[in-house]
Amino acid sequence: MNILKILVVDDEPGIRSGVSRILTRFTVDYPFMDEQIGFEVLEADSGEAGLAIIEREPVDVVLLDNKLPGIQGIDLLKLIKEKQPDTLVTMITSHASLDVAIKATSIGAHDFVPKPFTPQELKSSIENITKHLFLKRMTSKLQKEGKQIRFQFLQVLSHELKAPLNAVEGYLQMITNRQFGSSIEDYQEITQRAAERLKGMRNLIMDLLDLTRFETGKTPSVPQQVDIRALATAAVDLHKPYAIQKDVDIHLHTDCEVCLYGVPDELEIIFNNLISNAVKYNKKGGRVDITICCDGRAVTMEFKDTGIGIPEDARKNLFTEFFRIKTAETKGIQGSGLGLSIVKKIVDIYKGSIEVESTPGEGSTFTLTLPLPAAVKD
Amino acid sequence: MNRKEIKILIADDDPDYLFQMKIMLQNAGFQVIAADSQAQAEEIIASVKPDLAILDLMMEKDDSGFILSYKIKKLYPRVPVILATAVSQETGISFGFDTEEDRSWIKADLYLEKGIRQDQLLMEIEKLLKK
Repeated sequence: MNILKILVVDDEPGIRSGVSRILTRFTVDYPFMDEQIGFEVLEADSGEAGLAIIEREPVDVVLLDNKLPGIQGIDLLKLIKEKQPDTLVTMITSHASLDVAIKATSIGAHDFVPKPFTPQELKSSIENITKHLFLKRMTSKLQKEGKQIRFQFLQVLSHELKAPLNAVEGYLQMITNRQFGSSIEDYQEITQRAAERLKGMRNLIMDLLDLTRFETGKTPSVPQQVDIRALATAAVDLHKPYAIQKDVDIHLHTDCEVCLYGVPDELEIIFNNLISNAVKYNKKGGRVDITICCDGRAVTMEFKDTGIGIPEDARKNLFTEFFRIKTAETKGIQGSGLGLSIVKKIVDIYKGSIEVESTPGEGSTFTLTLPLPAAVKD
Repeated sequence: MNRKEIKILIADDDPDYLFQMKIMLQNAGFQVIAADSQAQAEEIIASVKPDLAILDLMMEKDDSGFILSYKIKKLYPRVPVILATAVSQETGISFGFDTEEDRSWIKADLYLEKGIRQDQLLMEIEKLLKK
């Protein structure tokens, strides 16, 4: 259980012990919280005593009486806001005086409880405060994590960009040092290797441009009616030469005319990435079956391959940027590690879904569902 | 010790880096055993004791180099290990052994950034072999 610390500052012993009694047995929980929240109550009979406690240990909430023997509630509120801006203060006001309320709010009081209050009134006020605190903490936690993800992304990116640069630089150095002899023929292998790395780097940069485009939400093309069958046919044709080279057969099955309202470039990226993966991670003599069907509410596109498959533990990271499966089977297969993360981003834009089924050694099936009609983008 | 008798294990999943490293070290006169993964390097050390190891940090896993280094040190405590990585100060992250705390758990003798000049690398190797 999470415990929130509540400090009650009031010169009336009855109020202090009443608050203590009510809140120590009180817990708050919400459907979206993992844990219940309970309360620990600290008591102070004057503003000065309250201040001493706050300076000694941070508290989450202060229940503050305005009329105090020494320092007044309003002044203590100012001090609390200076010293511990994250502490929430609820004022206890004996007679709901409007100008005290306005003044306190402008200084930063969160809420008011009129005095005398019933246990239920106190509980509902504390419940509100707890909810507020919880949400505030969640938000700041998520923001921090967001920053963390961004940072990791840049870190991996610079690694991915630097590796090919280092490789090419190394090869140039070998040529400069005449490491393999003085004839240009001696360097055929390494210039080819260098060119291959540069090609990989170019692909990475192209993928990155796609990715940033979707992240910023800026799309250069206008949405329009897109003939999915024509798009799929073009994508299949584009990958034919590569498929022949890898000895993989691609088959396209569509039994209906499917039009989707969308940006052609985006839908093309989906097809290109999934078809190219299905060929790339296939086996010699394997096949790729693309099935597109439509039930009037959604378009379903299935990309089935007879390739190496995806190990179970890798599936959860499949759509993470730069994630690549490193096994004996994938050795030597080039890729930016961005393709599927881009596909996922596009599918999200269209409010669709993507699912993977796979048996290692036998093949994988990616199933995309994009809702109709019009999949209007917001 | 004659360089011809010194076996250097290099592990890196970047085939080009591995290839270049191997040629460079062979030209410098060393024997080279190359592994393109953490798993392959683990197989090698089970039967062969290298005189020095140069390991990439990120291979199958982000911390493959650390794990390998730990395993090598466990088997052969006196074999010097160099960890090489392309992750560097540019990204704000440095895996240099700046603090005592780092040194106590990262069981490697030297951290090097990939792309270091050949002569500098050879110098560092010589230094570690003399220890």
